[in-house]
Amino acid sequence: MSAIDYFEKIPNNVDLANDRTLQRALEHWQPRFLEWWREMGPNDFASADVYLRTAVGVDAQGWAHYGTVKMPEYRWGIFLADPVADRTIGFGDSFGQPVWQQVPGEFRSQFRRLIVTQGDTEPASVEQQHRLGHTCPSLYDLRNLFQINVEEGRHLWAMVYILHAYFGRDGREEAEELLARHSGDVDKPRILGTFNEPIEDWLSFFCFCYFTDRDGKFQLKSLAESSFDPLARTCRFMLTEEAHHMFVGETGLGRIVRRTLEVMKEIGSDDPEAIRRQGAVDLPLLQRYLNFWFSSSLDLFGSEVSSNAATTFANGIKGRPDETTQYQDHVCADSTFEIEVPDGEGGVMKDTSPMRNAMNEVLRDAYIRDCEIGLKRWNMQIRRAGYNFELKLPSNRFRRAIGAWANIPTDLEGHPISREEHDRRMPGWLPSASDRDYVKSLMQRVVEPGKMAAWIAPPERGINNLSLDYEYVRLD
Amino acid sequence: MSAVPETKPSPPLVTYDTHPDRYLHWGLSFDGPVATLALDVNEDKALKPGYKLKLNSYDLGVDIELADALNRIRFEHPEVKCVVITSARERMFCSGANIYMLGQSTHAWKVNFCKFTNETRSGIEDSSRDEGLKFLAAVNGTVAGGGYELALACDEILMIDDRSSTASLPELPLLGVLPGTGGLTRVTDKRRVRRDLADVFCTTSEGVRADRAKQWKLVDYIAKPQAFKDAVRERVAALSAQSTRGGGKGVTLNPLKRAIDPGGYHYDNVDAVIDRKQRTATITVFAPRTEVPSGIEAIHAAGDAWWPLAMARELDDAVLTLRTNDLEIGTWIFNTRGDMDKVLATDAVLKANENDWFVRQVIGYLRRTFARLDVSSRTMFAIIDKGSCFGGTLFELALAADRSYMLQLPDDEAGAPTVALSQLNFGAYPMVSQEARIRAHFCGESKPIEEISPVIGEKLDAQDAARLGLVTFTPDDLDWNEEVRIAIEERASLSPDALTGMEANLRFSGKETMETRIFGRLSAWQNWIFVRPNAVGEHGALKVYGSGAKAKFNWERV
Repeated sequence: MSAIDYFEKIPNNVDLANDRTLQRALEHWQPRFLEWWREMGPNDFASADVYLRTAVGVDAQGWAHYGTVKMPEYRWGIFLADPVADRTIGFGDSFGQPVWQQVPGEFRSQFRRLIVTQGDTEPASVEQQHRLGHTCPSLYDLRNLFQINVEEGRHLWAMVYILHAYFGRDGREEAEELLARHSGDVDKPRILGTFNEPIEDWLSFFCFCYFTDRDGKFQLKSLAESSFDPLARTCRFMLTEEAHHMFVGETGLGRIVRRTLEVMKEIGSDDPEAIRRQGAVDLPLLQRYLNFWFSSSLDLFGSEVSSNAATTFANGIKGRPDETTQYQDHVCADSTFEIEVPDGEGGVMKDTSPMRNAMNEVLRDAYIRDCEIGLKRWNMQIRRAGYNFELKLPSNRFRRAIGAWANIPTDLEGHPISREEHDRRMPGWLPSASDRDYVKSLMQRVVEPGKMAAWIAPPERGINNLSLDYEYVRLD
Repeated sequence: MSAVPETKPSPPLVTYDTHPDRYLHWGLSFDGPVATLALDVNEDKALKPGYKLKLNSYDLGVDIELADALNRIRFEHPEVKCVVITSARERMFCSGANIYMLGQSTHAWKVNFCKFTNETRSGIEDSSRDEGLKFLAAVNGTVAGGGYELALACDEILMIDDRSSTASLPELPLLGVLPGTGGLTRVTDKRRVRRDLADVFCTTSEGVRADRAKQWKLVDYIAKPQAFKDAVRERVAALSAQSTRGGGKGVTLNPLKRAIDPGGYHYDNVDAVIDRKQRTATITVFAPRTEVPSGIEAIHAAGDAWWPLAMARELDDAVLTLRTNDLEIGTWIFNTRGDMDKVLATDAVLKANENDWFVRQVIGYLRRTFARLDVSSRTMFAIIDKGSCFGGTLFELALAADRSYMLQLPDDEAGAPTVALSQLNFGAYPMVSQEARIRAHFCGESKPIEEISPVIGEKLDAQDAARLGLVTFTPDDLDWNEEVRIAIEERASLSPDALTGMEANLRFSGKETMETRIFGRLSAWQNWIFVRPNAVGEHGALKVYGSGAKAKFNWERV
């Protein structure tokens, strides 16, 4: 038994107490992580008592513990989902062979890149959201923000564990870099562009959770299929927590819709100006936010036809979400995929790509289907309230910066249009400066237990069966 | 009798002339003594169908523009002391030669592409060394493969340190080939990166970030994004201070007057006539036809019409066009025509004004053009016949040739061809081995050089030229036609591969330089790898790249 109780300090199921190499690495890294958290995290709330769940195991029934904790004292742990006995490689050229418990040397670089890219987004989002706490619409929402923040922190830990445990000196260096890059820092920005934009209002935050975090979910789902078993197990457990982030996004946007419908009913009008006079979010404004966040999240999947995607699939590094249950052909050596590309003359044409190269597109399609579920639900609310308005996802060709449609002007439906028409109509499609100003004006802090800001309806229930007026965050 | 190849439908001709107004991939801008070349590759404008130039990757078309831009800076902008090579993209400097292009190209295309890009990069170093034009690679994002090799050709490399961007030579681990545009050689010979670190660097596909790149001497300076512009300014100032260029009125490079027909490529001062049956091209260079200007003002006034420059540009264009488009034309026959006195008078003017910026650039253009001949995979014979004028600068053609035939006319002293040496043969036009062609001709022996020194400027007939070792064979008029015909026919019948190998070996004797190692050792190994199944077989690394299929190697070390 070691002198330090590693389970107390770093809850884990990786036998940390008996792994000296890993202890040394993590002990070196942990103070830096805490320093980063204090500097870049929700630092203005360091002394607040927050009702948070903490992962303490991987048992489906009792994996989390709920309790009040000051965030810097949160116990960021390391958990891998239980191993699946005799697990075999589920896709690619090595289909059917035993999975790897160590990183094969020949794939070291590809794994490292994927893990670092995934890992970089986790602390990035904490940094992007680090001022949001000051404008929370309720203590319930404030707590959810912090829950997401600490869990993104834990996801960083999860990736760092993999780097430390399996990538030697290289991995330790990359782990340090994950703390050195900062969102929006021009000198050392985060790897992916989107993660360098600050999230300054809660409407954007909910959109981020709904759209951008959902990309994270799909990336994790595809890494959960990986032949490198420790990575697969890590990602599988991360998905358990990620579900809550999706929930915050979907219910957050749903509550905004509900509140708006209440206001529309009260005033008997769907006139945006009239709605805004009541301090609620008019639906066309919401639509413009959806347009913005959906289109920028689509780029995170990469190009429609990608050599990297082909290579990582072939090598068993990154599969498709639910590879085993959703697909028949797990090798995809000869199959093809039809994609839509610009025909160069202002139109659209079909093009055929080898299936392996189209894996990004396969993933993006699955993501889009997943995104539609929430919209169906909100639209049902709108219809039930007696309005014709329908929220829609723009076309996956709209406003793309990566791939075949990058910088091709299209309308919301994805029809190629002239640059001039595109630029003229764009202000109607994306949040305008006045939209943003208006949303910003709504961002007034509400911290009375049980009370909600005027632009958002209360949730259906509280956290962990507690009542809605529970003091989820005790500020000083 | 040599076999006559079937006539094949000819693919569209590749030509090398362009103009900044037509650039698709480079932005060329000027700010006083600083020129900036910003790479912004248009991915849809590849030179050939079948691939897209993603991620600021390049093909021959991109490099043709680079070569043109360098000449524009050299001639049209004498005020420029420092050239900044950078990228117009954020976080991506250049990802190197396009892999799909390499994957789909024939062996010959790959080799020719690498040769031209190597010549352009050597030309950057040549201009820095001999013309005082300094180069800064302002690496403002990730740089990989050929992108890093381009940076290596610059005097200094300044790299952005944003904690993400990397420098790499991933050819070996990703593609199973070498960084063949000088990468391997410059890392050790120029930058003195320790060999074990170079080994790590060249096998690490993800490369290294700026801090390690600096530590390993892969780059000279690093700067954070916010400090990058200032750092560029600072390095430009320091490099400009080393420059010997001082301005003057630029000389416009007007479009070449060139006619292309099935018979060859025809210019004012150069005529390349192709005999497809014989598989030869006869390249005739004409001496100045008009009065040779001697005053520096007159030379500047003549501009690109001044004979040495006009001739050099045309010869360069003919060589490039033949190399790219006429692969089966394996033997080049050099002829000259015109007044030897005018050739030698021009040499005297070049020598007398060698410190004038324009004259120095013209000598540089000639030097780089002759250097192309040394590394061209074609047999070259110089035919010194009646009416020829192989003197001084034009005698470099005979020296570049693998052998020379000079006509003896014992009964016609006045009509007998002569050759002549000028001062310029002894240092103005070194080969890439940094050795004058005449010294390489004598394998570095000093005695023959001592013997020819007294006759500089004299017109030498065949007998004298043979005695001094300047020409190979000197048939008289009775033997001439048959001997020359048989020699050419015999040569054309030999294995083209073996000839390329033999010629490349014999043309460079003695000491190696970084450039000879690039054109010799590096290119030869690369070209070997380029034909091996491990690279280009059905399952070769270069062929399967991007498809998701894994390369299947034959593990035998050969």
